[in-house]
Amino acid sequence: MRVDVLVLGAGPAGMSAALEARAQGLSVLLLDENAAPGGQVYRGARADARGPGADQARAGAKLAAALAGSGAERRFGATLWAIEPGPVAFFSEEGGARRVAAGQIILAPGTTERALPLPGWTLPGVMGVGAAQILMKSAGLLPSGAVWLAGQGPLLWLYAAQALAKGGRIAGIVDMSGPRTAALWHLPAALAAPGYLARGMAWMGAVRRQVPVHRSRDLRAEGDGQLERVVIDGTPHPADTLLLHDGVVPNTQVTRAIQGCAHRFRAGAWEPVVDEWGHTSTAGILVAGDGGGVFGAAAAALSGRIAALAVAHALGCFGVEQRDALAGPLLLRRGRQRAPRRFLDALFPPLPPPADPVMLCRCEEVSAGRVREAVALGCLGTNQLKAFTRAGMGACQGRVCGPLLHSAVAAARGVDGAMVEPLRTRFPTKPLTLGELAALA
Amino acid sequence: MTHTAIIIGGGLHGLSTALHLARLSGWRVTVLERRHVGRHSSGINAGGVRRLGRDMAEVGLSMVAAEIWASLPALVGDDGGFRPSGQMKLAESDADMAALERRHDAMRAAGWTHEELIDATEARRLLPAMAPHIRGAMVVRDDGAANPMRTVMAFRRAVLAAGAEIIEGVSVHGIAPGLLVETDHGPMRADRVANCAGAWATGLAAGLGEHIPTTAKASMMMVTERLPPFCQPTVGSQSRALSFKQTEEGTVVIGGGHQGSNDLATETANVDFANLAHAARIAADIFPVVRNARIVRSWTGIEARTPDQIPVLGESRVLPGLFHSFGYSGHGFQLSPAAGAAMAELMARGATNLPIGAFSPARFAA
Ligand SMILES: Cc1cc2nc3c(=O)[nH]c(=O)nc-3n(C[C@H](O)[C@H](O)[C@H](O)COP(=O)(O)OP(=O)(O)OC[C@H]3O[C@@H](n4cnc5c(N)ncnc54)[C@H](O)[C@@H]3O)c2cc1C
Repeated sequence: MRVDVLVLGAGPAGMSAALEARAQGLSVLLLDENAAPGGQVYRGARADARGPGADQARAGAKLAAALAGSGAERRFGATLWAIEPGPVAFFSEEGGARRVAAGQIILAPGTTERALPLPGWTLPGVMGVGAAQILMKSAGLLPSGAVWLAGQGPLLWLYAAQALAKGGRIAGIVDMSGPRTAALWHLPAALAAPGYLARGMAWMGAVRRQVPVHRSRDLRAEGDGQLERVVIDGTPHPADTLLLHDGVVPNTQVTRAIQGCAHRFRAGAWEPVVDEWGHTSTAGILVAGDGGGVFGAAAAALSGRIAALAVAHALGCFGVEQRDALAGPLLLRRGRQRAPRRFLDALFPPLPPPADPVMLCRCEEVSAGRVREAVALGCLGTNQLKAFTRAGMGACQGRVCGPLLHSAVAAARGVDGAMVEPLRTRFPTKPLTLGELAALA
Repeated sequence: MTHTAIIIGGGLHGLSTALHLARLSGWRVTVLERRHVGRHSSGINAGGVRRLGRDMAEVGLSMVAAEIWASLPALVGDDGGFRPSGQMKLAESDADMAALERRHDAMRAAGWTHEELIDATEARRLLPAMAPHIRGAMVVRDDGAANPMRTVMAFRRAVLAAGAEIIEGVSVHGIAPGLLVETDHGPMRADRVANCAGAWATGLAAGLGEHIPTTAKASMMMVTERLPPFCQPTVGSQSRALSFKQTEEGTVVIGGGHQGSNDLATETANVDFANLAHAARIAADIFPVVRNARIVRSWTGIEARTPDQIPVLGESRVLPGLFHSFGYSGHGFQLSPAAGAAMAELMARGATNLPIGAFSPARFAA
């Protein structure tokens, strides 16, 4: 199999990249492991959506419809599991592994939610706000009983607003953000911020009128084999569901597995080093959207188109002048979308690593204390930590614990996160069976 | 009077050399490791503790190493996860069986008795999950497998406890006359220097004008999710490249020397999945039960291979006081406890009784 452009991920960045590449006459294969297009923000998006986030849903539905008629080959339920120099990609679909050679590859893998480890976070009944949002968007499910939210960041408030608008009930929110955050919220007005920040403040205002908000970092989840209560500043409150959130980070599972692909540490997370077009340091591999740094849906869609134009130029569709003329307005618009992001990053630095007994790596059951012990014994990095503790060696390849282990090691060494290399991932970054691989021989 | 030694490379061969030397009285030993100990082959290999099928020239040292593995806690305070669960090489055809018979005869003629030829019935008793086409096997019942990273960490602790120093994050650029070791943190000098730099050792020797012909190889491995126990020994095939082992946790580790690509300068290697697919096919042919097991990770390790596929162990021909130990060609994990002992004796006394004669760097003299 051979295509001009392989696009991974059917969120705003991936869909926009595929559309733009088609518009320039390139053959496109778009892969997404989900059953339908949308990615996280446009998941289950409908043209007739209402309520908080409805404008985004309508934009998503429009994009998906355009894509369906674009002539791009779309494969849903297809998981990409390896990339080799060439570039060549491997993916699996309905139990069969396939190899595809691409002119260039645009990765648009979006974000993953940063886990928020606190005492009791591994109890059934505790999960990420991101996972709850998937259930809400794809299946219309809202948690029942006493539902608590805890953590920080705009998505926490968006989820609360969306759940309330759909008739959900929230027993309380524990706002764990830094002490000066509340005051700083008012600054973006001065920053000519695009609509979404203003909307963010509106969500938060609406939620605060309906739900009691506790300001604390002293939070525990407790229960006997199942969440029963949350304890805030020593006071217990009955709880059936606790949804945690500490922001999102670029999904770098694939780029970190590409040998030699450079990454940098910014805003408390690792991201691939990309130029304004999205080129990584690896030939033929581009990253578009939040996977290359979190700037939100509108900026992601623009980066998708910008990356597609760079690919079209590289594959000989047009020269530099045409590329720059077509991309110029998009780059300007993206710049405006990105401006407030630095502000949000400053507002919500990741929460500090938890106390010793709290688990960081669930697969291998490694606590924050064991990580600190390893550092005391001379462990300098997260990859070395595998040797000391097996942390990060589970089947998820550190998808959940990677950022936690990284900040715990950096904090224990007393150095900036940039000084501690990120956990390496290894292909296949999504499991495939031996039989599937054997069929390629 | 105190002597000083610098060991270049914190793989198992460097650590083992450092440990044996640091335990002799009067030696102050420093290990220089560019990344962190076990970063390359030593920490990520297949963990096979195998005498089975070794080159005749290696059998002697391999027998010594087997003794040490059997009582590894006495050396490093931990067993490194070593279990004497056996190593088997399967005959998949009559031609394979004939080849195993010839090997068996040659071993007996040389006086070695640890390799045992078994028929299909006994092979099936040892490996109930194997496919029906297997004709028989060669087995070394008290060979086995260990956990590479756990072994590295045990050596690391023992080296430190023996009073040696391990400096990680220091890269050696070259070795100059006068046993001057040039590093990215400045020059250092010692009475003895060991070149245990794995795939990069050849380059260090070449910098001195000593030509030892090796090529870099990057063997690929993969590991599956956990499966219920179905296989005790480590399994290979006489005519196809396979190493197959189920760990105590239940995961299955598969390799066999299928090659990816590598780049020594950036210390990176790439898995070549079209090639790794052969290992998957051979494994699934021999153990149909793994066909639906999910692969969770693959990797490669870079190592130096000599033309005759046996290591280089001995004093430099160009710079007296410098000793080489590298080129283990894909099977140096098992040898490391014994090879380090030989190195320490060579470095401290200039001679050893351990059987290493065939490994002299002099064999490459033009
Ligand atoms: C995939 C794979 C599977 C294997 N399976 C088995 C098996 O089942 N059984 C078996 O017996 N053997 C096996 N082997 C072989 C075994 O792993 C090696 O022979 C052995 O680990 C070599 O150890 P070493 O110390 O010589 O090299 P390494 O472990 O590579 O150590 C060399 C060290 O030197 C450091 N270094 C290099 N250059 C410099 C420099 N300039 N300055 C400072 N430091 C430097 C490196 O960072 C590295 O840590 C396997 C190898 C691989 C790759």
